[in-house]
Amino acid sequence: MPYIPHTPDDVQSMLSAIGVASIEDLFDEIPAHLKVAALDKLPDGLSEMEVTARMAARAKQDEGAVCFIGAGAYEHHIPAAVWEIATRGEYYTAYTPYQAEASQGTLQTIYEYQSMIAHLTAMDVSNASVYDGASGLAEAVLMALRANRKSKSYRVLMPTAVHPLYRRAAHDIVSNQGVSIEEVTFCQQRGITAVEALDAYAGEDYAALVIAQPNFFGSLEDVDALTDWAHSNNMLVIAVVNPTSLALLKPPGEWGEKGADIVVGEGQPLGVPLSSGGPYFGFMCCKQQHVRQMPGRIIGRTVDLDGKTGFALTLQAREQHIRRSKATSNICTNQGLAVTAATIYMSLLGADGLESVAGHCHANTNLLADKLCAIAGVKRRFSAVTFHEVVIELPKDASEVLAALAAKNILGGYSLAAGYGMSNAMLVCATEVRTVEEIEQYAAALAEVLA
Amino acid sequence: MSNIPTELRYAKSHEWIRLEDDGTAYVGISEHAQDAMGDLVYVELPEVGDVFAASDETGVVESVKAASDIYAPVSGEIVAINEALADNPELVNQDCYGDGWLYRIKVTDKFELDELLSADEYSAEIDEEDED
Repeated sequence: MPYIPHTPDDVQSMLSAIGVASIEDLFDEIPAHLKVAALDKLPDGLSEMEVTARMAARAKQDEGAVCFIGAGAYEHHIPAAVWEIATRGEYYTAYTPYQAEASQGTLQTIYEYQSMIAHLTAMDVSNASVYDGASGLAEAVLMALRANRKSKSYRVLMPTAVHPLYRRAAHDIVSNQGVSIEEVTFCQQRGITAVEALDAYAGEDYAALVIAQPNFFGSLEDVDALTDWAHSNNMLVIAVVNPTSLALLKPPGEWGEKGADIVVGEGQPLGVPLSSGGPYFGFMCCKQQHVRQMPGRIIGRTVDLDGKTGFALTLQAREQHIRRSKATSNICTNQGLAVTAATIYMSLLGADGLESVAGHCHANTNLLADKLCAIAGVKRRFSAVTFHEVVIELPKDASEVLAALAAKNILGGYSLAAGYGMSNAMLVCATEVRTVEEIEQYAAALAEVLA
Repeated sequence: MSNIPTELRYAKSHEWIRLEDDGTAYVGISEHAQDAMGDLVYVELPEVGDVFAASDETGVVESVKAASDIYAPVSGEIVAINEALADNPELVNQDCYGDGWLYRIKVTDKFELDELLSADEYSAEIDEEDED
């Protein structure tokens, strides 16, 4: 359905038809003292030309440097076809396209997205997406509390190896609902969450254990042992995963004996540009038995009265428009455009393409780490195997080093000072878009900075 | 006119209760309630062993267009739930006073039943509701 605004003549003829003098008159039941007058504190509006200039200046701030930062958002090659298709009017301008009679195309696209994500994570059901990975984790915590009827404590276990911003978002969203998040620290030497460290919590009542794979340090956790430990202690498992990595790693649906119960993660790597921080999208999946506790839109496939296949919203009794304050979430939409792009990206790459991307990321990051660690005083901080990010320890303050590298147009990595108090450490990442030349230039620049 | 069996007691929240000789009672939702809900697609029941006070939330009935809480008409402990509803929630629509029962509760205090509505009183309640 195209969007065509009304002309003043259209408005006038509609007003005449219903016998009303002006649009203002339609709001006359609102008491005058409640109506908003002029918004004095807002500055005047800008023209399209002025706004464009302003946005272009902002965008320029993030241009030009070679990026070796991961830490939750990753620069991947996006085939031109992805946004060529996603910016078509039928997708681009669709607003809340959940009306089955008018939106079969969009609903089918979202259904395909759900099918691909469920397959990638080896889970039974996916929703139509949530806002981003971080808020997805918060939703997963709330979902686990609803789904785990054996647990009464309203607490979950959260390893500190999970992304610091994800932990903060989860805390901000759930702590006002009486939920407490208890942190489990990581093994300083390996950079993973040791199962032995969990023994202190054995037999205690926690609704869920969160497992990030890879974790924030890029390290690979022992997901089977952690999953089985959680299940044997009557906790649900919330997996936080990177979608690119799933082309190579064991998917969360196959972790341990029974698999993860809820899976979330950041979908940005699947065809969504970095865009100075967003919009991104969060994916969310679960086992069939928990589906009624999962928030977000879910598209289902069914048949109409003539037996033809069609798509529609399903399991709506979870959602706000039916359950109101008892809904599974206050989210009642999804990241439609980002999800459309991701679906096209996954279709174009296919399983082989995604595996190739993942393999190149892993190889490039290993090459980067090797080159950097060849410099005197520079070494890998943790011993565990990593996917496509690694923590590098420097002989001096990482923030200073990163500033010096930035002056040479190299975004060298993410400092671990703020999140972990590790001021000499930085998290580096080299995806498939980084060339050998760029990696060698980085190593040369770092050697200069440290000399 | 809604079918409201006279031997049952009713809560304003549309649950019915039938006291058995052994001190337990069957609980379900009335015909008025199942009709208002439409075809049920899912019933969330309490677990055996759960203990409730009168008017506590004990579960949910869910149709395509609505989800309604089920409240305990009296205080007690759940001794049985209707497992058949997991695969056939429509039993509640088809036979709400018989095969569509929801759970069986061990009644703590029989006098709480006296505080519930008789069939006539419940009938008057829903007539008033329909007038709104």
